Amino acid sequence: MMKFRFRRQGNDPHREKIKQDLFAFSKTVEHGFPNQPSALAYDPKLQLMAIGTKSGAIKIYGAPGVEMTGLHKDTAAVTQIHFLYGQGRMLSLLDDNTIHLWEIVQRENRSHLVELHSFNLPGRPGIESTSATRVTVMLLKLSCDLLALGTEGGGVHFLELPTLTLLNKSLFQDEIMQSVPEEYKCGKSLGPVESLQEHPQDSDKILIGYSRGLVVLWDLNSRHVVNLFLGKQQLESLVWERSGNSFVSSHSDGGYMVWAVSSSNPCTHDPISSTIPYGPFPCKAVNKILWRTTELGAPLVLFSGGMPRASYGDRHCLTILQDSSHVTLDFTSRVIDFFTIHCTDKEKEFDDPSALVVLLEEELVVIDLQMAGWPTVPAPYLAPLHSSAITCSCHISNVPPKLWERVISAGQQQCPLQNYENWPICGGKNLAPDPKQKELLLTGHEDGTVRFWDASGVSLKPLYKLSTASIFQTDCDHNDSLMQAGEEEWPPFRKVGCFDPYSDDPRLGIQKISVCKYSGKLVVAGTAGQVIVMVLSDEKSDHMIDVATVDLLQDREGFTWKGHDRLPPKSGSVVFAPGFQPVVLVQCMPPAAVTAVTLHAEWNLIAFGTSHGFGLFDYHRRNPVLARCTLHPNDSLAMEGPLSRVKSLKKSLRQSFRRIRKSRVSGKKRAVVYSPTSKVQEANAQLAEHDAEVTPVQRRIEPRSADDSLSGVVRCLCFADTFLRDGTHHGPTMWAGTNSGSVYAYALDVPSQEKFSEQSVEALLGKEIQLMHRAPVVSIAVLDGRGNPLPEPYEVSRDLAKAPDMQGSHSVLITSEEQFKVFMLPKVSAKTKFKLTAHEGCRVRKVALSNFTSVSSEEYSENALVCLTNLGDIHVFSVPALRPQVRYDCIRKEDISGIASCVFTKTGQGFYLISPSEYERFSLSARVITEPLCRVDVERPHDLSAHSPTLPPQANGTHKTQAESKAAETEELLYEMRSALSSPVLDSPNSSADITLDTTGELTVEDVKDFLMTVDEAENNFRNIAEEDGRPPGILIN
Amino acid sequence: MNKNHRVPSNRTLNAVEVKSKFGAEFRRFSLERSKPGRFDEFYGLLQHVHRIPNVDLLVGYADVHGDLLPINNDDNYHKAISMAAPLLRLFLQRKEEADYSAFGTDTVTRKKTPAALAAVLLRPDANKKKPPIIISLPKDFRPVSSIIDVDILPETHRRVRLYKHGQEKPLGFYIRDGSSVRVTPQGLEKVPGIFISRMVPGGLAESTGLLAVNDEVLEVNGIEVSGKSLDQVTDMMIANSHNLIITVKPANQRNNVVRNSGGGATSGSSGRSSDSSTSFYGYSTPGLMAMTPSHIIQNYEPDEESEEEEDLVIEADRGAKLVLQAGARATASTSMPALPRYEPHLDLRTSNGTMASSASAGSLNAHRGLEGRSLEEDGTVITL
Repeated sequence: MMKFRFRRQGNDPHREKIKQDLFAFSKTVEHGFPNQPSALAYDPKLQLMAIGTKSGAIKIYGAPGVEMTGLHKDTAAVTQIHFLYGQGRMLSLLDDNTIHLWEIVQRENRSHLVELHSFNLPGRPGIESTSATRVTVMLLKLSCDLLALGTEGGGVHFLELPTLTLLNKSLFQDEIMQSVPEEYKCGKSLGPVESLQEHPQDSDKILIGYSRGLVVLWDLNSRHVVNLFLGKQQLESLVWERSGNSFVSSHSDGGYMVWAVSSSNPCTHDPISSTIPYGPFPCKAVNKILWRTTELGAPLVLFSGGMPRASYGDRHCLTILQDSSHVTLDFTSRVIDFFTIHCTDKEKEFDDPSALVVLLEEELVVIDLQMAGWPTVPAPYLAPLHSSAITCSCHISNVPPKLWERVISAGQQQCPLQNYENWPICGGKNLAPDPKQKELLLTGHEDGTVRFWDASGVSLKPLYKLSTASIFQTDCDHNDSLMQAGEEEWPPFRKVGCFDPYSDDPRLGIQKISVCKYSGKLVVAGTAGQVIVMVLSDEKSDHMIDVATVDLLQDREGFTWKGHDRLPPKSGSVVFAPGFQPVVLVQCMPPAAVTAVTLHAEWNLIAFGTSHGFGLFDYHRRNPVLARCTLHPNDSLAMEGPLSRVKSLKKSLRQSFRRIRKSRVSGKKRAVVYSPTSKVQEANAQLAEHDAEVTPVQRRIEPRSADDSLSGVVRCLCFADTFLRDGTHHGPTMWAGTNSGSVYAYALDVPSQEKFSEQSVEALLGKEIQLMHRAPVVSIAVLDGRGNPLPEPYEVSRDLAKAPDMQGSHSVLITSEEQFKVFMLPKVSAKTKFKLTAHEGCRVRKVALSNFTSVSSEEYSENALVCLTNLGDIHVFSVPALRPQVRYDCIRKEDISGIASCVFTKTGQGFYLISPSEYERFSLSARVITEPLCRVDVERPHDLSAHSPTLPPQANGTHKTQAESKAAETEELLYEMRSALSSPVLDSPNSSADITLDTTGELTVEDVKDFLMTVDEAENNFRNIAEEDGRPPGILIN
Repeated sequence: MNKNHRVPSNRTLNAVEVKSKFGAEFRRFSLERSKPGRFDEFYGLLQHVHRIPNVDLLVGYADVHGDLLPINNDDNYHKAISMAAPLLRLFLQRKEEADYSAFGTDTVTRKKTPAALAAVLLRPDANKKKPPIIISLPKDFRPVSSIIDVDILPETHRRVRLYKHGQEKPLGFYIRDGSSVRVTPQGLEKVPGIFISRMVPGGLAESTGLLAVNDEVLEVNGIEVSGKSLDQVTDMMIANSHNLIITVKPANQRNNVVRNSGGGATSGSSGRSSDSSTSFYGYSTPGLMAMTPSHIIQNYEPDEESEEEEDLVIEADRGAKLVLQAGARATASTSMPALPRYEPHLDLRTSNGTMASSASAGSLNAHRGLEGRSLEEDGTVITL
């Protein structure tokens, strides 16, 4: 009915074309470590590694930059992956008992992973339970033409490859039983097949191990039992010795046995040797064992598990044994699987393993087996981002080379081994061109560390780790001495890996980071109100840190802080390694978590805010400049702190019940897969849903009032050199926005560079703006006379950016959760606005100003406001006209942590956490795309992809190669664009001529009361106004 | 006698001549018709021109029918200005000796001429028979809700506008998810919908009587809610809470507005009958109304928007403050402690960029403006 009011845009074909050249959405690459990995495989010929996850994803990694992703149609856990060696194909077994064949195909001169077919083992006719045909193990013969499947029922089935057709020569237990001696049978079944291993020398023979302990060497051609090994201990895994003369079995009692295979004796009762390495007390099972021969001496035995049940049953261990060398690698998370990289050449006599690769639940650890002491090899990718939980992140684009080198050298001194040349997994070729500019991603962690990552390319490499815990006295300092005492005891544990989920002190957590990339200054703010100013230094230093306390409550009375104490700083001097070294520590009182921080290195100022107020600090003179309380008198919640008891017990109880209920329902859904009672449960679930309809969710419609809880939280801070006092003199200003829609603008008196030491900075409150809708202010940015965001500090003085337009009138863009609004300065009169929530019903969560460069011409670029909403969609608006440009669905709206973690770059890309350990990188720009571009050259005997029925979905191929396809049109387009720009096109973002047409940009009157002007000034202002009116006809204010 | 003083000129077309009478004294000045400003400013102006800064006044005016009507808030002040043709005659009374009975529509029938009406006011002692009970005038008489767009909506729907007026009274209703039955070419279809689930007793929504539990919400400020989640609709309503217009399909269809089955031309005006048009006038600029009689546009005048969305900007500039503070404070505390804050037009809409004062009042306003400005020096918080 009233739709005509919301006139659809995009009638203008010129503008549409420009938009297409500027904006394109694609999720490009996943950084970090796959969440919940469940399977691991390695192809020694192609030197590729594959990791399967519980959500049904398969990721292939080779040399740094070589990455491919595939996603199964069903989200079932990948339990096993096997490569068809050298063919660029692999088989995956899922939790739902299906087998899938994947292939690396070349398309557009790069490699993608696609699924070819799938296979589901049919149930045996006449048998009710489907679990008998549940596949427990898979054996892919080296010749790659036959696949053997061991099942829970004890049968072994054979499939022809690569067609995945079931051969009619299945081997069932009764056939084996005929050759088993009578006394071993004792009427029991042999149990599920636990292991299938191909004879290393004779490919016709396979070793079959049953759960009960029986191991059979079976000849596939003649279909008869060659050897029987009558093991009596429950079997876990088998591995051949390279020669085929013996094999090793591992067992559930924590021991392993070595068996000799002799043709003379078809029925072996006892092994050559049997060891329980961590005995004699009961031990846990040895889940997997590998036996590798070496040229130099004793074989290398590697096994996972087997720890003494009582004392170390909860440890996640992998043992490496060779002669007298014995190391128990002690991991912080469960061992999923492991393999060795060794010589697979049949001519060679020995395995000679070079590296051990262990996939853990939370990280990947690689051990160099050739160097003495078996050191770990740092991985160039799959970095465990979440080694301590990520609490915030910050992206720096276009890092100056100087800063880059210094960060790298600081990182190298921290970890000297940090070169990736001896990385053993190096298949494939990275075709991606070297990134044009360096990008840094900084992640703040719960344990008080800040990690620096190289985010320039596809693989996110760790560069440098900065810890802030060292300047505080925490309870956990004696931890190290405990560890050293533990070093002497048996078993010889060695802590490996960096995943450490346990935070020493939650107050250390990093909340906000701000960096000046030109001066190498860094401000880090944490949970206990600590704000640390750091300076990048190339020398080791031993100095005292200046500590200052800023009381943000000022003299408000009647408030008591019931939260945590501030972190006590260490007294005396502290030694700092080269890198970022703390200089000043500012502690906010009360010590609530810092909610906003910003740095202006040119003015030597930092601004910080908490839930109580904000402060301004001159770190050059170590002098607090300003503290302002933002608390509303009715706001009691802000005082309680995070550990309050009274907060809302009722609420939290309700929430936890809801969570329990929810998990119960979802639990049911998972269980229905094979159960015959699923129908009943389905009906029950429907009933439950019906119940939910009887008592529906209600939402109260109440306008926002001033006394909402936590209204004083400072949400954003910004420094700008702009016009606050009057329209002729610009100067330093600071802006702060709060949760209740208040904006405070201060005019700063910053002395010139030479006088920094003598003269102090002064701040004067210039303006206070109360947004009528009272929504939290998410961001504040000042735009220059041309509508461009102001450059960063030092950018202009070092000739790195164009000087901002100081002639035209500046404006300030204030983004609240509900609206975007541009105000003219210095009067703070509204110019344009967009009411997002009123129109779309969504709220702004993250916002950033990005620069988008056209894909067809490098010279044409536009600034845009990028905004992520609580529904997980991304809107792009032109600046300063605030016209909606495009909208994309990006994150599921249920994924609250994903939305909260999103960070945008200045060039139209972004990152968000898809799991605690993985960043998804996405691009909104049609030009700036960072995606894997790699090639794996394979040779296959028969190519299947030619007759593959459909092109299955592939996670890697979502992006368009606009740059290439558009190249031809460039000329024409550029012309069109120019003509579009020269004529006053309605939808052009920089023209505000059409504001009145844009119903969404209704203008509002700001009553700016300016009582301080003299008559002359007033006249001046009228002149200014008249000038404003003389500009394009549209800036109407009425 | 008024006519003798009228000077026909081009300027006066846009200006309202004001003739204000307090006791036996007259004052004349003019106001700009399109920008009357606010009542409290006007009140201050009256006190100033009559030089009675500390006297509490009751302001009345004679309307076109000769009724003496009170001016005590922005709405009836704007109404008075807009109805003045072109002279606005004001009658000021001291509050303590006000004669409330003089107000009202029947004043015309009792006292035929405005002059007689004035006589009553001038000599309050003449009517000693009046009951001693003083019934106070409604101070803030405002619409709380209205049904709008009756002529363009289907009869089964109702578009309700809730006026919040920035007051603290909550909107006071709850919404929920539900499903409603729609008639489609394929037959009846169940679609998800948003419904009013509960009314807060004493809340704005309940007091209007126009919304009820189980009414289906179809639109919020012109945006259809179909396809939006409960949370989205909640956020939309809250974001629009200053001027909420919701279109509902009432659960109870018996109280619908019945339209004349006559011609299309008349249906519009009959529809208007249900519109609270008087209150509406109080809210919109008359000039704009005259130009845009359409019901569709009347929901979305930019003027309204500005009224609710005025963000409060507080200036605090030290330099000027230091210079002026001392003197200003002295003035404020001694001479006019109770003076309501007054801002002349000149500065009120500075963003407009036009010198908004007529010739007759120009010098007065300018003078007044300076004084008013200096009075404000010590007040850092200005409520708008």
